[in-house]
Amino acid sequence: MSSPEQWTHPEPGGGPAATAATPTREQVLAGLRATNEGGAELVELLTPEGERVANPEFDPYVADIGAEELRRLYRDMVLVRRADREGNALQRQGQLGIWVPLLGQEAAQIGAGRALKPQDMAFPSYREHGVAWCRGVRPEQILATFRGTEHSEWDPVAHRFHPYTIVIGNQVLNATGYAMGQRFEGKVGPESDAEATMVFFGDGATSQGDVHEGFVWAAVYDAPVVFFCQNNQWAISEPTERQSRLPLYQRARGYGFPGIRVDGNDVLASLAVSRWALEECRSGNGPVLIEAFTYRMDAHTTSDDPTRYRLSDELEAWKLKDPIERVRAYLVRNGLAEADFFEQVQVDADQLASELRAYCFSMPDPPADRIFRNVYAEPNPLLEKERAEYAAYQAGFEGGAH
Amino acid sequence: MAAPVMDPKVTAATQSTRLTMGKAINLGLRTAMERDSKVIVMGEDVGKMGGVYRITDGLQKDFGEQRVLDTPLAESGIIGTAVGLAVRGFRPVCEIQFEGFIFPGFDQISSQVAKLHYRTQGMLKVPMVIRVPFGGGVGAVEHHSESPESLFAHLPGLRVVSCSNPVDAYWMIQQAIDCDDPVLFFEPKRRYHEKDEINTEATPYPLFRSKVLRPGSTATLVSYGPLVKTCLEAANAATEDGHELEVIDLRTLSPLDLDPVFESVRRTGHLVVASEAAGEVSIASEIADRVQRECFYSLEAPVLKVTGFNTPYPPSKVEDEYLPDLDRVLDAVDRSLAW
Repeated sequence: MSSPEQWTHPEPGGGPAATAATPTREQVLAGLRATNEGGAELVELLTPEGERVANPEFDPYVADIGAEELRRLYRDMVLVRRADREGNALQRQGQLGIWVPLLGQEAAQIGAGRALKPQDMAFPSYREHGVAWCRGVRPEQILATFRGTEHSEWDPVAHRFHPYTIVIGNQVLNATGYAMGQRFEGKVGPESDAEATMVFFGDGATSQGDVHEGFVWAAVYDAPVVFFCQNNQWAISEPTERQSRLPLYQRARGYGFPGIRVDGNDVLASLAVSRWALEECRSGNGPVLIEAFTYRMDAHTTSDDPTRYRLSDELEAWKLKDPIERVRAYLVRNGLAEADFFEQVQVDADQLASELRAYCFSMPDPPADRIFRNVYAEPNPLLEKERAEYAAYQAGFEGGAH
Repeated sequence: MAAPVMDPKVTAATQSTRLTMGKAINLGLRTAMERDSKVIVMGEDVGKMGGVYRITDGLQKDFGEQRVLDTPLAESGIIGTAVGLAVRGFRPVCEIQFEGFIFPGFDQISSQVAKLHYRTQGMLKVPMVIRVPFGGGVGAVEHHSESPESLFAHLPGLRVVSCSNPVDAYWMIQQAIDCDDPVLFFEPKRRYHEKDEINTEATPYPLFRSKVLRPGSTATLVSYGPLVKTCLEAANAATEDGHELEVIDLRTLSPLDLDPVFESVRRTGHLVVASEAAGEVSIASEIADRVQRECFYSLEAPVLKVTGFNTPYPPSKVEDEYLPDLDRVLDAVDRSLAW
């Protein structure tokens, strides 16, 4: 057994499973490489050069994606990237406390986000600006979190998009519980209103107990949840091999459900695989783990300095796999978009950024009374007393020397 | 005419019935589940087995496996999935088997359960109950006798209550389930077998209110959960010395309802707070702080605490020394009166 696939998926009669626990040095190295490379099982429909690759299994899931639909996906990615870059710039100008860039992960997120149906539910981590976009959350609403005017501004019920979750992995259990509820309510099955849940997390989160427990719960309750792991290769400074000896998608096997690795820089593949996985879940064959193999092209956050732990060569290599450029190449090569389309998208993107900037500068600070609001759903006399005392203290300054 | 057969396991009783605290909680859960199909029970061994203390006995049989879930063995999973279920519209009642096992779930409790309503400006509610058998006195192995309630009362967004008798247990569990906020429900495990008469048609006392259980004028005793009974026994014993001790059951630990305590202390001038939990930075400390602020000129002695020591819970063969008992409570009363 020389390949990690053989090592983790032994053939019948290939020896007792216990031998997998004592891999040779060669096997370990093969496994480590498998966390770093896409690998043979990577689902890719559009190569980095913009060539369409036939895939009998997943082509049917994007059969409806013609020129217009592909142009729309392209536009989504360009606009989301532009908003992301504006967020970064706003932080650099001191308008935001911090920004969490999604640069490089546009295809993974737009593919997954556009695969969701209106009735589906999504649970993000904190980098899912692209998924938010697909759920109708405006970039302006995301600014609030990072400017510090609100913890979370959008209506999670109306958008069917849970608040960003900062504590790594928490949302995986919350999403699994939500999906259990979908099943308990009979929303899984052949009906057209069947529902699924998709939860987003990163390669670092796969080490968290909550993620493992989410896998266990989802498996034993057949929860209709798609675990969408964006392996962007870096958990702040730690590479994926610090989280796993095994390619992440293969972990699903141990929990008893399918795991699949998709080229996370290929929007078409991300869309196809996500649609497949969501359909599996809606029809009762969940859960499913998707590992979207992608790359964090910018820092972890604006507070991070990647030059301390990774080589710029790596970034240069991934730039050749840019998620937006390959779609542009495909559209141009096949005559599916003219120059004026690309120009118009750029105009729209700049317009979005300009609006975002203007909005950011005009965002009012919340009143001090925000501190006391919505701590509880029902009245709490002690808190009301504290609130009144602080209001009286504040009132004491009015008209005074302060 | 044969007397009607009263079986609380089959139908919610509609009249007075004598039940243990454990059975009272069971009946309260059953009543809540009958009233609202969104109420579900989840935890380790709560289904077929009925829980290690049999508090959920018979519920899975009558309500099915989708409403009484024998969960995998992981506390963060129990609480984290309950959050998702609550967001979906369910009202989960989680059982943590013993208080010492709650800490894998502390992250979810602190980060999501307590804060989700605040983080979303009230757009998401988390109406869930986490039931926790707590306290010592049952000769158990370590991690089965602790009193961690202060840790949870310290978290804004959570509500924390503890019942001390079967009547309260029956009503409080239903009221906790009805509450739109998350509620930590601490059950004094060594009092599970205490019995009392429960009138299921009575008007329940409000959940987030403390209650004077015994009026008195000499000194005030405040407690909650397992030591309420101890305090009542102490008050009985004190009559021999001519002391009339007022006993107040806090019932709610967050938010605290101390108005009856203030009113009492203003009359008695003496306050002793009893709790099994380690005394430093505790519910008892908070009460002492608030009482000295509200009753500063009425106090004739400092507020005295009778608590567990500031150690981990000891081996059970010395737990009788660790746990506050009648003598230690009365000793504190004497010290206060002699101040």
